[in-house]
Amino acid sequence: MLAKLFKFHGGVKPDSRKTASTQRPIAPLPLAPQLVVPLHQSIGGTPRPMVAAGERVLKGQPIGAAEGPVSAAVHAPTSGIVRAIEERTMPHPSGLAAACVVIESDGEDRWIEREPIPWQSMPGDELRDFLRDAGVVGLGGATFPSHIKLRPGDKPTHTLVLNGAECEPFITCDDMLMRERAGEIVRGALIMARMLRVERVLIGIEDNKPEAIAAMREAAREGVEVVAIPTLYPAGGEKQLLRVLTGVEVAAGRRPVEFGLQCFNVGTAYRVARAIDHAEPLISRIVTVAGNVEAPGNFEVAIGTPIDALLAAGKPLPGTDRILMGGPMMGFALPTTTAPVVKGTNCILVGDPTLLPPPPPEMACIRCGTCAQHCPADLQPFELYWYGRAHNFGKAQEYHLFDCIECGCCSYVCPSNIPLVDYFRYTKGEIWAREREKSAADSARERFEARNERQEREKREKAEKLAAKAAATRQKLADKEDAGDAPAAPATSPAEEAKKALIAAALERAKQQKSQVRPRNTDNLSADKLAEIDEIEARRTQPPGATIEPPESK
Amino acid sequence: MSHSPYLRQARSVRQIMLHVLIALLPGVLAWSWQFGVGVLVQLGLATVTAVAAEALMLRLRGRPVAMYVGDLSAVVTAWLIALTLPSIAPWWIVVVATLTAIVVAKHLYGGLGQNPFNPAMVAFCTMIVAFPALMSQWPAAGLDVSHQLDLIFGGHRQLDAITAATPLDALRTGLREGGADARVAEIMQGSAFGAVGGAGWEWVVAGFGLGGLYLLWQRVITWHLPLAFLATMAAISLLLWGMHPERFASPLLHLASGGTMLAAFFIVTDPVSGATTPRGKLVFAGGVAFIAYMIRSFGNYPDGIAFAVLLMNICVPLIDMNTQPAVFGHKRGSR
Repeated sequence: MLAKLFKFHGGVKPDSRKTASTQRPIAPLPLAPQLVVPLHQSIGGTPRPMVAAGERVLKGQPIGAAEGPVSAAVHAPTSGIVRAIEERTMPHPSGLAAACVVIESDGEDRWIEREPIPWQSMPGDELRDFLRDAGVVGLGGATFPSHIKLRPGDKPTHTLVLNGAECEPFITCDDMLMRERAGEIVRGALIMARMLRVERVLIGIEDNKPEAIAAMREAAREGVEVVAIPTLYPAGGEKQLLRVLTGVEVAAGRRPVEFGLQCFNVGTAYRVARAIDHAEPLISRIVTVAGNVEAPGNFEVAIGTPIDALLAAGKPLPGTDRILMGGPMMGFALPTTTAPVVKGTNCILVGDPTLLPPPPPEMACIRCGTCAQHCPADLQPFELYWYGRAHNFGKAQEYHLFDCIECGCCSYVCPSNIPLVDYFRYTKGEIWAREREKSAADSARERFEARNERQEREKREKAEKLAAKAAATRQKLADKEDAGDAPAAPATSPAEEAKKALIAAALERAKQQKSQVRPRNTDNLSADKLAEIDEIEARRTQPPGATIEPPESK
Repeated sequence: MSHSPYLRQARSVRQIMLHVLIALLPGVLAWSWQFGVGVLVQLGLATVTAVAAEALMLRLRGRPVAMYVGDLSAVVTAWLIALTLPSIAPWWIVVVATLTAIVVAKHLYGGLGQNPFNPAMVAFCTMIVAFPALMSQWPAAGLDVSHQLDLIFGGHRQLDAITAATPLDALRTGLREGGADARVAEIMQGSAFGAVGGAGWEWVVAGFGLGGLYLLWQRVITWHLPLAFLATMAAISLLLWGMHPERFASPLLHLASGGTMLAAFFIVTDPVSGATTPRGKLVFAGGVAFIAYMIRSFGNYPDGIAFAVLLMNICVPLIDMNTQPAVFGHKRGSR
């Protein structure tokens, strides 16, 4: 069956450069002596550590429990001893550190006891919790916990889409996974289809991967359709792929599930199958090593393996000037290669000035509109650029800055070499910062106003209370005078009377307080202790002058 | 440290400008074949002046001189100026025109990418307002080299024998002189007219059209601007010609004479001063064609494209603002 395909606007066709890393099968990367497993490896809450330093762990043992509704567990990728739970540098452009579980491998790679689960008879919620506790997250890059996306929506979901587009140059981890493990990908897709109660599964693969398409078609079952889509970056963007396969344009700010669609990366489907059929949590993934290396290829890597170990397997060649995580279009330069491989690591790209040439000097925008012709979000990037530069943030938002997916097509084609995406990241950052500032200022103002109001109210209430009391006292005095037949009190102003009444009331209160027995915690003391306390009390209540006595030994 | 994307496959501004210069060549060759070397002299004068002025202005503004002169945008402006002036105009006309374009219309507004008005059209309008007589002396066919050089660089101008009216000029004069009895068909029997357009000029127009197709093929321009321009010009002239064929020229003459082809592919397609959205381009080019036709047919100038371009340049922000395309996820039917 030939599905009708749809188009998204724009896109670019960079040289895909995928052949070098697909020449040999996926190779397991030898275990590193020490693995650094970050606790926070998915969107959402940071998992709670479940182990302590010095503890022995087995392969697949949970070491971080999902925290909050959006979160997924993390596991020990091999057996060994927890050396520390401490901050380590993360594979992130900032080079910032985050909490990691440092495991020293014992070399035995011994599994925790695993039991297959009766998933077909399990209630949906339990099955989703199982996947959460198996640490299954989206492997396409966003690392969103998968179990959340597997809850059937209010509206029935009709199509499950697997994303095997892999549109970025150099990256081939999904390609190789589809070639070698097509059966388990389809198996995972069928499990997810059942969980979502969908009847149709579409697997979209760019037509520059004929081997993967053939393998997936071979493995496809009833209801699963493998669709070759035109090679056009960024066809692997979720909304772009859904558009190409189904013609549905998922509206801004809405999720595919609201349109009866759900989309997962092929790698995620594979991990679902591994988790369900083998009770194998997400402790490894396929990572491409490509670029300026002697031995490009794909490796099955334990999560937490230092990127250095992966590079050692790829053997960078001389001339290397940077290491990227991800592809050349959306990846980022790693500040350090000591950081670990995480669930979201799909590619380590070794760059040199020929592969990734330094950008030519930025020139003036000539409004040629080439960027707009290639923008897959139908934006007018040059307008956003002008507004961003002018700090006209309102206009930038009006022109839908936040619909920019930062795919890089505009920068790729700009004849003036303007790093447009950088400008958009900057403008977005500025707008976020301003909104944070504004909301901070707003809440400060609200706090201030609330405080003023409270003080006003307290003052008012106090005054009212006092006035009421004063009136009562005055009434009492008047009653007394009436009873005692005393000569009429000299005429006083109401203010003075109120004052008098206040004084009277205060005296009354003081008297009452004095008469009350003050509680003391001296009830269970011995007699001489009590005597001592009395003595001290007596001294304390002496007039101030008397206490300062010169020492007796004069 | 630079950020993603780390790949670029851009055609540089220089390459784009080179394509434009290449696309101008057929028209230039046809021109010098039909009317002699004058046009080549003018191109040379304009180019030298433009590059010198560009370099000087960049230096004064503290910008990298080599980088921006190398983008060839000044050369493109220079060529467009030279191709809108009479090719036997005195040398200082083209020099002053080019200086006006580069210094005033381009750099005083902030340089490449910042000018709200098309520099070549600013130059043309300045010249035609300041020197209307010199700007309407066009060469007759078959003028020899020494004569042309004498006209450009020499002193006295004996004009009648050597100049000829452009077809639009001849039409206007004929209609005016003939009064109520004038007939377009009769006027077009004159020597200024060829098979479809102006005698000799037909070839030049064809050359520019060919160059325009090259630009489309090379994707330097999109179809929106030229098509909207030519279609509007054809439609409105067809309408008036259909109503009064004796008073108005045929669409064919309007398309094949004056600056129509040059404007369609090289003038209204200036990205800096023109509209940028797909629908905006249609509005912009259509507007230029409409105003140009009105000036041609009812105004005091034989051709009005330059004024029309400047008038529409003013409207560009408004046009762009109101023709923004729907963004992915905000289109009708995606809700």
